[in-house]
Amino acid sequence: MKLRVKFSKHGVLRFIGHLDVMRYFQKAIRRAGIDIAYTTGFSPHQVMSFAAPLGLGLESNGEYMDIEVNSLTSSPDFINALNAQMVDGIRILEARLLPDNAKNAMASVAAARYTVAFRKGYEPVFLTEAVVDDFFGQSEIIVTKQTKKGETTFDMKPFLFACAFDDAQNTLTLIVDASSAGNIKPSLAVKAIYDRNHAEFNDYALLITREETYLNAGTQEVPRLEPLGFIGSDFG
Amino acid sequence: MRTLALSDDILLKVEKPARYIGNEVNSVMKDKDHVDIRFAMCFPDVYEIGMSHLGIQILYDMFNRYEDTWCERVYSPWPDLDSVMRERNIPLFALESQEPIKTFDFLGITIQYEMCYTNILQILDLSKIPFHACDRDWDCPIVIGGGPCAYNPEPIADFFDIFYIGEGETQYRPLLDLYKACKKEGCSRTEFLIRAAQLPGLYVPQFYEVTYREDNTIASFTPTVSGIPGTITKELVTDITDTTYPEKPVVPFIKCTQDRVVLEIQRGCIRGCRFCQAGQLYRPVRERDADSLKEYAIKMLDNTGYEEISLSSLSSSDYSRLEELVNFLIESCNEKKVNISLPSLRIDSFSLDVMEKVQDVKKSSLTFAPEAGSQRLRNVINKGLTEEVILEGATLAFAGGWNRVKLYFMLGLPTETDEDIRGIAELSDKIAMAYYDTVPKEKRNGRVQIVASTSFFVPKPFTPFQWAPQCTKEQFLEKAYTTKRAIMEQLNQKSIKYNWHEADASVMEGILARGDRRLCEPILRAYQKGCIFDAWGEYYRHDVWTETFAECGIDTSFYTTRQRGLDEIFPWDFIDCGVTKAFLKSEWKNALDERVTKNCKEQCNACGAARFGCGICTVPRITNL
Ligand code: SF4
Ligand code: SF4
Repeated sequence: MKLRVKFSKHGVLRFIGHLDVMRYFQKAIRRAGIDIAYTTGFSPHQVMSFAAPLGLGLESNGEYMDIEVNSLTSSPDFINALNAQMVDGIRILEARLLPDNAKNAMASVAAARYTVAFRKGYEPVFLTEAVVDDFFGQSEIIVTKQTKKGETTFDMKPFLFACAFDDAQNTLTLIVDASSAGNIKPSLAVKAIYDRNHAEFNDYALLITREETYLNAGTQEVPRLEPLGFIGSDFG
Repeated sequence: MRTLALSDDILLKVEKPARYIGNEVNSVMKDKDHVDIRFAMCFPDVYEIGMSHLGIQILYDMFNRYEDTWCERVYSPWPDLDSVMRERNIPLFALESQEPIKTFDFLGITIQYEMCYTNILQILDLSKIPFHACDRDWDCPIVIGGGPCAYNPEPIADFFDIFYIGEGETQYRPLLDLYKACKKEGCSRTEFLIRAAQLPGLYVPQFYEVTYREDNTIASFTPTVSGIPGTITKELVTDITDTTYPEKPVVPFIKCTQDRVVLEIQRGCIRGCRFCQAGQLYRPVRERDADSLKEYAIKMLDNTGYEEISLSSLSSSDYSRLEELVNFLIESCNEKKVNISLPSLRIDSFSLDVMEKVQDVKKSSLTFAPEAGSQRLRNVINKGLTEEVILEGATLAFAGGWNRVKLYFMLGLPTETDEDIRGIAELSDKIAMAYYDTVPKEKRNGRVQIVASTSFFVPKPFTPFQWAPQCTKEQFLEKAYTTKRAIMEQLNQKSIKYNWHEADASVMEGILARGDRRLCEPILRAYQKGCIFDAWGEYYRHDVWTETFAECGIDTSFYTTRQRGLDEIFPWDFIDCGVTKAFLKSEWKNALDERVTKNCKEQCNACGAARFGCGICTVPRITNL
């Protein structure tokens, strides 16, 4: 039986990298006594996969992992058992049973929504709702990004699904492609806004929270973004 | 939520920020307003090394069981953070509360190897605690050192208020109570230290005076305050089953050297290998009861979620209920999908059988530590392992599918000749031969792989070799070349790989290991010139050390290559570790006569440790007087 588990990551947990979070969960699941399935072979390991790695320094309200279990009682039981093993800064939010034919979490990821706030003393004065609307209204957004092979230039627009600024909150909301094919870092989009307004960009200014990770519940042509847990159901 | 001592920009810039944020599973948070004593426990090396140390986990757990005490951890900031902290004037902090070390009541430092001495100074410096104990007032924590290097604390004597000689479980409670009483009475720091110096096992260096002879050896070592003992006897736990052990060890986020549950099955060792300090310091051997170990194993696995468990001891094969314990672990670990790792097991049919069950034979290798190449030299060092036993074990293993062997030797042992060194190559070759004789061609999985490694011998205090001269760097390197040449001459040389260690660091370790108080100055100066992380090859700066000794007018050969007289007073002679100097002397003589001494299980050799009245010494046996 496959479960999709949603969790949040805040505070000092921002400084724990993706691989270490995986190691952390492997141990937490053992401590919680969850009847997880193991691979066969000489050194069996837990059947577990994560949706989309979260960069160091980012917070999240919408992380996902899939695990396979041999037995289960109920969603609340599962959530409580695992939460009893969590450290400060990490909470289990939901656990949903997946249909047998569900694609794994990583392959399912289509997009992610981020909130970008600004560090005290680094608030960009030029940013307004109008400025961001103007940015997002462009038909093409050419950006350069660093890759292992050097710099590449491409049009980001098809991968940027939404972009809006909240004047009252002074925060930016972004929905970007997060699939393995077209993954966009939120900071790259923010940098493009700064560049267009000739403002000096500093990565450190951004306080980024991933709010949700989505799958595509529609079709290739008419996509419909739904949270990754959408295809599962509560159990027990 | 806790506030961190380091700002986000620093944490995002340094390597592995998880080293500095605490918050790990099973780390202990307390309300600082509801405790009397804040204790910072330090391992002066990087987090991943320090977190792997069992002794700290034991003491951390013990202290935090005391309701009036909150024990936190602190490790050496890696050089990248070190320079940021200096630049921005950020004081060193403890992981749990993230509060400055300077505000603590105690700073306990475990001293596991000589090459961490400059890291101790880094800890003091970043904490803004004066280097010299005599310059500290009540605004500073009491700096207390422990661990194996505390058995010769003299090279770092100036930097510590107290050294705790022996096992930590026994005297900390009385010390904390004394501290509380002194604070209540409004005692001076000096008054507190005088009273602490009267507790068993505690050494307060500032109350002792050393005088020297013209030849630079020690003339006298005496207390300067009345009522303080001239000899400090080590502390030890007599019943180690009935002592505290962490059921919930801290589980780090990042991968550490020791990434598993560690079960200490016994303390001490029955064997008296003459080069080995641990074998003498922790006498007598004391076993933990297997039934309680089984309980601990299950509890610790459940409380940590670790996927591996390891047995810890100096020589696990000597543990009397090993088979029973290992079989229990195999059974319950199989159920829990937990791996077992069994270091320091002698290779025989039992251990091979176990290894076959717990690890992938194709991927694992066999380890032998003959330490010396010839039987003659193995008799000198009292290493019981014979060529016959090694070849027998290897043959058994080859038949079972193994084809990788690791061999460990030392170069520069007392009385060593080129003949002994060639023995390293010959033994390696014989093992290769055994493989080709045992495994028929069609069953061979490529060549047998033999890796022979040599380290350079460093004489240590409280061993029969404490009188022995150490080799010079040139001698060390010459010996390594001799080994290399001899291996090249072997028939199966293509199957043998040879590794040797740096010679400079071994010379340095030798200076510090048998050093005296006069080394405090060069150690401080070398630190001030930027030496830290000397145990890390990439940071060790031999040129700076050499230059510093010269500036201080110190001839380092006095500490290393000099032949010490049998009646010389050593800097560490004021410590009584149980084993008597007379016994060590007779063992030194036995070594030169190439005479083997039996182990504690075969016969008692009246080493002196029997007076503790525990462990193996209380088992009726033949005594050889
Ligand atoms: S077996 Fe020898 S080398 Fe190993 S701990 Fe015991 S005395 Fe030391
Ligand atoms: S007194 Fe005898 S049995 Fe006890 S440690 Fe010494 S040699 Fe071994």
